[in-house]
Amino acid sequence: MHDISVLIGGRAGDGINSAGAIVAQLFNQLGYRIYMYFDYPSLIRGGHNFTIIRAAEMDIGACRDHVDFVLALNRETVERHRGMFAPDTVIISNADLVKDAGTGIPVGAILKQEDAPAIMGNSAIIGGFAKAAGIDWKNLESVFRSHIPKGTEKNLAVARRAYDQVDTKRSVERGAHPPLPLMSGNESVGFGLILGGLEAYVSYPMTPSSGILHFLAEQKEKFGLTVVHPENEIAVILMALGFAYAGKKSAVGTSGGGFCLITEGLSLAGMAEIPLVLAISQRTGPSTGLPTYTGQSELRFILHAGQGEFPRLIVAPGDTRESVYWSAVAMKMAWEYQIPAFILVDKTLSEGTYSTDLASLPGGPPAPAVLSQWDNQLPYKRYANTSGGVSPLAFPGMKDAVVKVNSYVHEEDGITSEDGDVTVRMTQKRMYKEEQIRRIMQEYPAVGLGGIPDAKTALVSWGSTKGVCSEVALRLGLRGVRPIVLTPFPEEQMKRALTGVQRIIFVEENATAQLAGIAAAYGIHADDTILRYDGRPFTFEELLGRVEEVVK
Amino acid sequence: MTGRKLITDTQNTWCPGCGNFSIQHTLKNILEDLEKEGKSLDDIVLVSGIGCHAKIADYLNINSFYSLHGRTIPVATGIKLANPDLTVICCSGDGDSYAEGLDHLIFAAKRNIDITVIIHNNRVYGLTTGQYTPTSPLGFKGKSTPLGTAEYPFNPLELMLASGATYVSRGYSKQMPLLKDVLRRGILHRGFAFIDVLQICASFFPLADYYTPRVYDLVGHDPSDFETACKKAREWDYNSDANIALGTFYEKALPTFDERMKGPVVSPAERERALASLLASRM
Repeated sequence: MHDISVLIGGRAGDGINSAGAIVAQLFNQLGYRIYMYFDYPSLIRGGHNFTIIRAAEMDIGACRDHVDFVLALNRETVERHRGMFAPDTVIISNADLVKDAGTGIPVGAILKQEDAPAIMGNSAIIGGFAKAAGIDWKNLESVFRSHIPKGTEKNLAVARRAYDQVDTKRSVERGAHPPLPLMSGNESVGFGLILGGLEAYVSYPMTPSSGILHFLAEQKEKFGLTVVHPENEIAVILMALGFAYAGKKSAVGTSGGGFCLITEGLSLAGMAEIPLVLAISQRTGPSTGLPTYTGQSELRFILHAGQGEFPRLIVAPGDTRESVYWSAVAMKMAWEYQIPAFILVDKTLSEGTYSTDLASLPGGPPAPAVLSQWDNQLPYKRYANTSGGVSPLAFPGMKDAVVKVNSYVHEEDGITSEDGDVTVRMTQKRMYKEEQIRRIMQEYPAVGLGGIPDAKTALVSWGSTKGVCSEVALRLGLRGVRPIVLTPFPEEQMKRALTGVQRIIFVEENATAQLAGIAAAYGIHADDTILRYDGRPFTFEELLGRVEEVVK
Repeated sequence: MTGRKLITDTQNTWCPGCGNFSIQHTLKNILEDLEKEGKSLDDIVLVSGIGCHAKIADYLNINSFYSLHGRTIPVATGIKLANPDLTVICCSGDGDSYAEGLDHLIFAAKRNIDITVIIHNNRVYGLTTGQYTPTSPLGFKGKSTPLGTAEYPFNPLELMLASGATYVSRGYSKQMPLLKDVLRRGILHRGFAFIDVLQICASFFPLADYYTPRVYDLVGHDPSDFETACKKAREWDYNSDANIALGTFYEKALPTFDERMKGPVVSPAERERALASLLASRM
């Protein structure tokens, strides 16, 4: 058994995500690659939450449509997910709440015996699961000791009582991999930003991006970060621009609705050539939409957001390893070219947990940004015309540098101009940077490849569908092609990746095939599109079936 | 002294008689004084919004961030948090900070961020050629309200006192010595300083004949007394006919946002170690 799925379900507030994290660590220690999906409605208490932990030999980033183990913290879990059960699915349940379903653990009685608080009930379920799956007590104990810092002994005592009451139903073998760090997508964005030199993070909470804010706020002392949660997203971007003007590497994070407010400041960043990184995590829209569910419908919005024309970089990593790498690249590019750089993710990646092998980053972590330095020649001109269009940076406080940035059309010294020639010259200066970014991106792995390299049919996707598309491509003998850099569009790398392909199928989690529309402008045309837009990510079997329908 | 010329060569396009000249001249004098007293002009940053007032960013030869309409204060907040050694001054208009960016004004006061906000309050939109603002009197006939506004102005001093500003004052563009006093005190104040400057708009709302006989200096007023400050602030509501007090209404020393937000300085080597230990904790 080398591809195992475990579903944990209960009410919101039952600690489903924490229980999932422990089970994920158990499989990590057993030598598996991990993907964990967390599904919850937009409320605080009540409602149904569930997580699916998938453990496999290969790198994964998607769920199956069936589960091997179910940890049912309530009755609803068994009823709601019955469609995912196979005859050999093992159910471990809280016997106090779930009658006649699999192996019941007398959670209440165990807690009473150990004089433990209700919150430790999940430890009993996890203990029962470990034994049912034939996992050594030693493994469980070591995971509890590493990942439950509070009340470790009592949690262990509770788990042990359940462990001793249950028989092994289905043994999980050891996998072959050494354990890897498990990271959520939001944490990986934060981690990559720090790697890229982040000094200040400014964000207003908005699901599913808030995890970046929470992670960086929690870590700020260790990394010397300033983390600010201001009055709204308008203040968010303008504060971040203030930080960058004063020389601090800053980033903002939000989702589509917050980004609507950010567009005003984005255009300012473009005009004033102020470096800025924006992490945007998509959810189902339009408007408030489905706050806690996924989508890929913001690509065209982010591509075109802001009045006027100015260069930008958009990267869409497909998993946590890529988002560490590309978040650091985004910071580097923002500062080297004085542009806004976007990290575009979605709920699936943001709130999913993945095995994260940073040792295998393409070419190692990106080198720190090399700034265009002012040579102390006076007068300092913030927008000095250079051959590359990138002007030397000085910051307020530097001796005799009068640093003037401006949202109006401006002269090289930053002073307002309404002259037509100046307008043209400054527009060309900014657009020339785009040419350079396009060129530089050719040295980066701007297109991800998967599946079978010389296959004649290609699945083209972007972002978090990487996992599911790779898996389906491998199974069906298709080529997997995925632009990671979305702007400037990596035309050459895409065409190289698609050489010899006779049929192109775009897979996207939106209703209008946004990437297919963008690619068409470069002569890359979709023969078919497979779209899903109910807020839920594709499962392996669903996409497999839909691709088979198309290619048969 | 660096001998820096404080006014740029840019052509000035304010109308003759505009109150902005007084504000710019006063600021220039204050900056010269500060430099004589040992302050480096390199450590001063001006942030402006969009409007007639904002052209001051082009005219003063100091670091400047010519921002968006209503968005001076969040930029200034970011600059101050990034480098607390900088003295950050916002020049903002009444349309700018009382309408488009009112949220930022209230939050800056609430946080007591150590910046100075000077409102060039001409009580009319000048650059867009004459519409009412949040401090125009009831019935003001502008291009968007030809029959007169149907709403009262609000009292910005009262609003700032309620929001937690730790320095609140009012100046008048036709009383330069007092204007210099309140602007200088605001700039030197540690904490959020707010100065509402009654600025004459010569083209669209020339109020000098109204203001001049009604203004008086706050003499013998104790600026540490919040209750009296509120009472004095309410004396004129920007609508009804009343005497108009000028000077410092309120001043109090309190911990600032930038001080409270200061965290430890972490070296690159320490950051690298922290990244490694973070990864280890996820296994």
